[in-house]
Amino acid sequence: MEELLSEYFPIIVFLGIMVVLSAMLIMASMIIARQRPDSEKLSPYECGFAPFEDARHPFDVRFYLVAILFIIFDLEVAFLFPWAVSLGNIGLFGFWSMMVFLGILTIGFVYEWRKGALEWE
Amino acid sequence: MVELWNNYIWPFAWIVLLVLAIVVPLLLAVAYLTLLERRVMGFMQMRWGANVVGPFGLLQPLADGAKLFLKETIIPTGANRVVFVIAPMLTFILAFIAWAVIPFDDGLVLSDINVGVLYLFAISSLGVYGIVMAGWASNSRYAFLGALRSAAQMVSYEVSIGFVMVTVLVVVGSLNLTDIVMAQKEGMWFFIPLFPMFVIFFISALAETNRHPFDLPEAEAELVAGYQVEYSSMTFALFFLGEYANMILMSGITTILFLGGWLPPFDIAPFNWLPGPLWFFLKVLFLLFVFIWVRATLPRYRYDQLMRLGWKVFLPLSLFWVVVTSAVVVAFDLFPAK
Repeated sequence: MEELLSEYFPIIVFLGIMVVLSAMLIMASMIIARQRPDSEKLSPYECGFAPFEDARHPFDVRFYLVAILFIIFDLEVAFLFPWAVSLGNIGLFGFWSMMVFLGILTIGFVYEWRKGALEWE
Repeated sequence: MVELWNNYIWPFAWIVLLVLAIVVPLLLAVAYLTLLERRVMGFMQMRWGANVVGPFGLLQPLADGAKLFLKETIIPTGANRVVFVIAPMLTFILAFIAWAVIPFDDGLVLSDINVGVLYLFAISSLGVYGIVMAGWASNSRYAFLGALRSAAQMVSYEVSIGFVMVTVLVVVGSLNLTDIVMAQKEGMWFFIPLFPMFVIFFISALAETNRHPFDLPEAEAELVAGYQVEYSSMTFALFFLGEYANMILMSGITTILFLGGWLPPFDIAPFNWLPGPLWFFLKVLFLLFVFIWVRATLPRYRYDQLMRLGWKVFLPLSLFWVVVTSAVVVAFDLFPAK
């Protein structure tokens, strides 16, 4: 276990170095470059005229739909990872169980396709 | 005291040194990738590209960097200041830390974890946070729309990338990246038996890094620059560096999964004289050239076309290929040797 975890230590060091590096780059630039803010410069960009309302509008529900579909399929992928690695050890039974699982998911996929959840017109 | 020195400080300093040995060349590579892109696109469009600053324009990336560094950092009044600054940092950090598990040669890897593919998959999934945070924190119409589009696009293509990785795993039987390359040493490079997967992976990589012809999040004609519109100075530069580092990373992953990593194309005399890292570099360079080539050649996709390609073509195709590959492996007893 100790061995296993020690493999991850360089990643944490890497993460630390990158956090420090990126923070340093931004801060150094803020200190060295001349900062002269004014209200026009700091207003959000909107093609020449002053924005008159908050930009955080309600948005198309299809983006939610994509996110939900993504969760389903990404979970499926996460489920496939260990199966793919251990395919040699689990034999025909393991293979067919996953095929049944994929079959059920495919039925769901066909359903949402037919329902038009994948249309962007 | 000596014990403390030997057991903790030296190993730590050594790791820091190794990390810097990855980060510094990578930053240089990113800088010169921008120059390469401008030059290659210039030649493809019958013009010169950047050739004024230094010989062949070789000092251009430094000039660009210095210019961005010396600009004013603008944080819009309506923005959530902390999230606004963290977003580019996150993009930048994630594009770099994925390199911790990439093997450049047999044993030449910072941390040879046994779940390398899973780590890469996780890190590249997190990339979408930087963009969503940027779009939301900017509190600007264009940034918001750009971030939405970008997030939807990235998650759509991530699914097919996941399935493609699973196909490779079925053939290799290991999540370790070194094992994946070594499996290609005994057999052939995986882009031959898994050619459709190779193509899908590369196209999904284009979409995942928001590159042409899938650069809708930035679509300068309609969204000005998408989620980057309010960014300036170093905050913009970090996005830029992160995006290009991501391109190199995706090329690196493609090289490892399909093009045999550091292996020479033929294990005979003139080819195996070159060291492994050089082969790795050459393959990555070739893929980056294809990235630029695609950008110079193809027009931009429409958003509905993009989503249709991701969900209705790549997803069923890659899922089907997972089934075919695993069925072939099971039926002909081609299980990877343990």
